[in-house]
Amino acid sequence: MSKRKSTGLTVVSESASYAELQKILRERIYKISAPEEIDEDSDLEKPRRHLLDLIQRCSSMGESNSALIIGPRGAGKTMLLKSVLDELKENRDFRDNVLEVHLNGLLQTDDRIALKEITRQLQLENAVGDRVFGSFADNLAFLLEALKKGSRDSQAVLFVLEEFDLFAHHKNQTLLYNLFDVAQSQQAPITVIGLTCRLDVIELLEKRVKSRFSHRQIHLFNSLTFDRYLEVFSSLLTLPTAEVKDKKFCAKWNKHVQNLSDDPGVTTILRKLYDTSKDIRTLKTFLMLPVARISLSHSRLELADFAEAHKILTADSKSNTLHGLSVLELCLVVAMRRLSDIFVNQPFNFQMVYNEYQKFVQTRSHAVQGFERPVVLKAFEHLQQMELVRAAEGAGIGGRGQKEFRPMTLMIDRSQLMQAIQKYPACPTEVKHWANTL
Amino acid sequence: MLAGHPSVFGHPSAQLADLYSSCPCRQDQLTLLLQLFGQNNHLSCPRVFLYGPTGSGKSHVISSILNTLKLPHALVNCVECYTSRLLYDHILNQVAMVTPTPDNGYTNHSRCDNMNDFVKTLRTVIEDRELQEETVYIVLDKAERLREMDMNILPAFLRLGELTGCNVCVILLTEIVWEKFRAGTGVCEPLVLHFPDYTKDELLEISSLDCPAGYTKDFYMSYVNIVLSVFYMACRNLNEIRHLALLNFPKFCEPIKRGEATDEDVHKLWRNIEPHLRKALQTVYLREVSSAQWERMQEEAASQESSGANIKTKVNMELPFYSKFLLIAAYLASYNPARTDRRFFLKHAGRTKKTVQQMKRDERTSSQLLGPKPFPLDRLMAIFYSIVEGKVAPTANIYSQISSLVTLRLMTQVGSDDQLDGSKFKCTVGLDFIRSIARTVNFDIIRYLYDFV
Repeated sequence: MSKRKSTGLTVVSESASYAELQKILRERIYKISAPEEIDEDSDLEKPRRHLLDLIQRCSSMGESNSALIIGPRGAGKTMLLKSVLDELKENRDFRDNVLEVHLNGLLQTDDRIALKEITRQLQLENAVGDRVFGSFADNLAFLLEALKKGSRDSQAVLFVLEEFDLFAHHKNQTLLYNLFDVAQSQQAPITVIGLTCRLDVIELLEKRVKSRFSHRQIHLFNSLTFDRYLEVFSSLLTLPTAEVKDKKFCAKWNKHVQNLSDDPGVTTILRKLYDTSKDIRTLKTFLMLPVARISLSHSRLELADFAEAHKILTADSKSNTLHGLSVLELCLVVAMRRLSDIFVNQPFNFQMVYNEYQKFVQTRSHAVQGFERPVVLKAFEHLQQMELVRAAEGAGIGGRGQKEFRPMTLMIDRSQLMQAIQKYPACPTEVKHWANTL
Repeated sequence: MLAGHPSVFGHPSAQLADLYSSCPCRQDQLTLLLQLFGQNNHLSCPRVFLYGPTGSGKSHVISSILNTLKLPHALVNCVECYTSRLLYDHILNQVAMVTPTPDNGYTNHSRCDNMNDFVKTLRTVIEDRELQEETVYIVLDKAERLREMDMNILPAFLRLGELTGCNVCVILLTEIVWEKFRAGTGVCEPLVLHFPDYTKDELLEISSLDCPAGYTKDFYMSYVNIVLSVFYMACRNLNEIRHLALLNFPKFCEPIKRGEATDEDVHKLWRNIEPHLRKALQTVYLREVSSAQWERMQEEAASQESSGANIKTKVNMELPFYSKFLLIAAYLASYNPARTDRRFFLKHAGRTKKTVQQMKRDERTSSQLLGPKPFPLDRLMAIFYSIVEGKVAPTANIYSQISSLVTLRLMTQVGSDDQLDGSKFKCTVGLDFIRSIARTVNFDIIRYLYDFV
């Protein structure tokens, strides 16, 4: 390439622009919910209007409300909420008028922790810096009193509950009950927004909690068409012309991205990806590897990069694990597969596997050396450690005695095994034949 | 291959060269990980899941990257941190570079009881050390243990970057495939990377690095090749192979020291070492003889025969006379079907011959395959009286011997709902053990076993 031959000075600036490119693209692809502009015609536009309206009414008119945003993982729930809040925060009135409380079901695992967190984020009187004082009952009474004292004119509070379904597993659902109760009655204006990926989340709520919830649900689904998917792909890789210093480099790169999204090879791979999962997060995970590879010495993304990333992403992990086994362990897996085929749906134990293996060694094999029983047992235990073999269900009492007689089940499919044997390096022919007679 | 990278990652090329030489045969994985990590101030891949077989260099590669490039990191083993609090403490101590020592009274950086505190504290620690711009790496080794902790821990760690709002990269290392980690309503999918096993050539290459002084590399490699020819079928674990190779090397060199062979007498050396290695497969490999014992045995070559004795002591157990018969009776009761008791233990029962059809059926349902069956105490006593010679009074002594067999784990109680009445037992010893017991009291147990008649 001609670039390599250029003078030292331009190389420095070029490496700088590659560093900049890495920075921008990584920011976009490696972050879990990077904000994204929502077009007028996108499917997200309607729910977004709805949400915006809801939160705005709380701040401007003092209305209390509750809503649930429901959608599968990676459908853009957090992103949607963030973009709505970002837009609202541009308004100074909103910033002064609304307090935000962000809770996450993964962090606040019980009501006591959640309450302390609320007190901390609202900076009430019993919170000094980061520490919160008082017992659970004190905190709850204090918080409720603070909320009750308020009227329509007081500052509105916006509660955002991420992983909402986990809050429904708290004891008595005290927190949810109190939040919804305040939202229902004439007290301080609060808005409760729950984010969850469970479609049946309403069924998890107790009756009294359910009756206080407004039943306003916003559903988000990954409903991208393939053309839109391709657009997202190229927009993720395109550099923003305004932010990059080196305009020439930027234009060149964007042209390259345009070429990529027209490349039939790349679109075939993307099509495969799209057919397994439509969400953007999978696409981002897929793009992580090719993007990480861009550098001065590898200045273009090529079809091979995408093909390799796709290979890594779709590799069958069980076959990979089988590839790492020794020949003895592979023989045991074949023996177990045979046993599970003979006694359909019945667990086997080590003794049966050993017998099957012995039969193989005595009748067929000449090259595969026979091993002593303890050595075979060690191999069997290694398989157990890799969780390729699992203790059968309901093996409680029977499993207590000797490990040779513990009922087990195999966790490997026949097709996986056959595929692994085909790929296995220097697999003895006897073992191959033996596996083929399955 | 190396030449192009240093300028990209912004790391000094000397360090990179160090790194590549310290991880032999892991070049591809190393390059991939370095690319994903990127420069210090770049966002790094937020979640990486690394899996691969035992001894494929997962922990080694990661720790040498983090240590050589001096990246801020925390490296914890989830086996050590068996409660969530220990896990939080260890991570925070390492990120904040606090070591509990006698000087500071073994105090941790701060007290963390739950995930909420942990996330908050981690954020302040990162701000205190002014690492906002850099990536902080959190490596969780033996990550399969995380599944057994509280259900919020694994999903929260996989979202740590988002929860803390900092540039955090969480790396999970394990032997188990990612599919077994998914639970509940799902988690953020990490980038799943595989560390493949070392091939035979790679094993050879790596083992040759610890060639003892005074011998050429080729000589040692030819020796490791012989070791592999014995062990490779059963074991591919690099650590095990290296250990066994180093352990048996003095024996291999013995003929040269004695002057019976030279370096070039490959065949002679092979003939000398091969039976020795086969014995090692049955003893040292199974840890029936410890490595220290094995080395001692090599020094006093005459005592080689004693290696067998060590295994047999396990089978030989001194028991009282009646206990032996009780154990034999328990074994018979466990492994024989109750319907055949008349035939074996009554004096004038007619002998029945097995038909071919019956034998075929028995092969499937043989007790030797399916394991012991529980039996009631009455049956045990009946068999005991019929096999023991002379009159034995059912004294308290006899019954206490049964319970002491249970405490010795030679028998187990099944369904312990009632201690005195109606409880059932199982015999949990193997055939070899019971045969050696029976031999000491001159009892031919095979004649009484249904599966062998």
